[in-house]
Amino acid sequence: MNENIPLAPDAVKKFFMNLPFSKFLGLTLDRLGNGEATMTMPYQKKLIGDPKSGVIHGGVVTTLLDSCCGAAVMTAGDPKFPTATIDLRIDYMRPAEPLRLIRAEAKCYRVTTSVVFVRATAQDGTKETPVATATGAFTSPF
Amino acid sequence: MKKIKKVDSLDSLRKKILNSLVKGIPFCQTLGIQVDYLGNEITAHLPFNKEFVGNPAIPALHGGVIGSFLEITAIIQLSWTAFLETEGRELFDKDEVDLKMDESIVRELPKTIDITIDYLHSGLPLESFARASVDRIGRRYASVSVRSWQTDPSKPFAKASGHFLVSKS
Repeated sequence: MNENIPLAPDAVKKFFMNLPFSKFLGLTLDRLGNGEATMTMPYQKKLIGDPKSGVIHGGVVTTLLDSCCGAAVMTAGDPKFPTATIDLRIDYMRPAEPLRLIRAEAKCYRVTTSVVFVRATAQDGTKETPVATATGAFTSPF
Repeated sequence: MKKIKKVDSLDSLRKKILNSLVKGIPFCQTLGIQVDYLGNEITAHLPFNKEFVGNPAIPALHGGVIGSFLEITAIIQLSWTAFLETEGRELFDKDEVDLKMDESIVRELPKTIDITIDYLHSGLPLESFARASVDRIGRRYASVSVRSWQTDPSKPFAKASGHFLVSKS
């Protein structure tokens, strides 16, 4: 982990909360700092992927995990630039329970001047197994 | 049940089944994704919408929107390919086709096991297109790759590769 003191998580928080797509999904950034972030997303009918079960689309979980990882990256050091996703792998363990809020937690586990490596999980709080996990590499903003 | 001669209707039936497939996914409607096809190959369209912005400075499309678009395209192409290899094959072989078709003709939607998205360039505030290729489809698992572009199909701005659970008997 980068030893620098993270620059104003509040500024990062404001940036993420003001993104049009964050608003569209109703994302809330609950906890942020030191290369870690927690983000929640409420259940919405417009996000359903399979109308038979009412389960939200996997792509929505991808968005939540991507956003959460991006927010974590921005606080892993003293950001001089915005970050961008290089790649993101999502493993879907199980469908998210309909109507449940989904909480994502991301943590940067390796920060370099060129790349930041992040892992994240998405939970709906119904089972121990997460809904999905993510592994990503982001361009380094430092 | 209203039956019609397939010579008049094969294309419109194809369109109808494909459109009902897209209409059956609420999130697809939310993003405004539409599809067309050249033979069995589907092209998905994602119109630009200012709500999809993930970086207002450029402005660039949100990575999550791009990921969703790629995943949806893969799922639609996979459903369609699986359909054409099962019920669809019989359907297009018959002399007459049943017009009372809806999304129920297509089996359960494939479920994503994993997907890896490569972001090659930022997505500009333009309409995006995507095509998927079903690299392997077995009885339970399928492997699909997908690319998306905005102006030049040979210069994708994002690509993805994923594994899906299919119910194909």
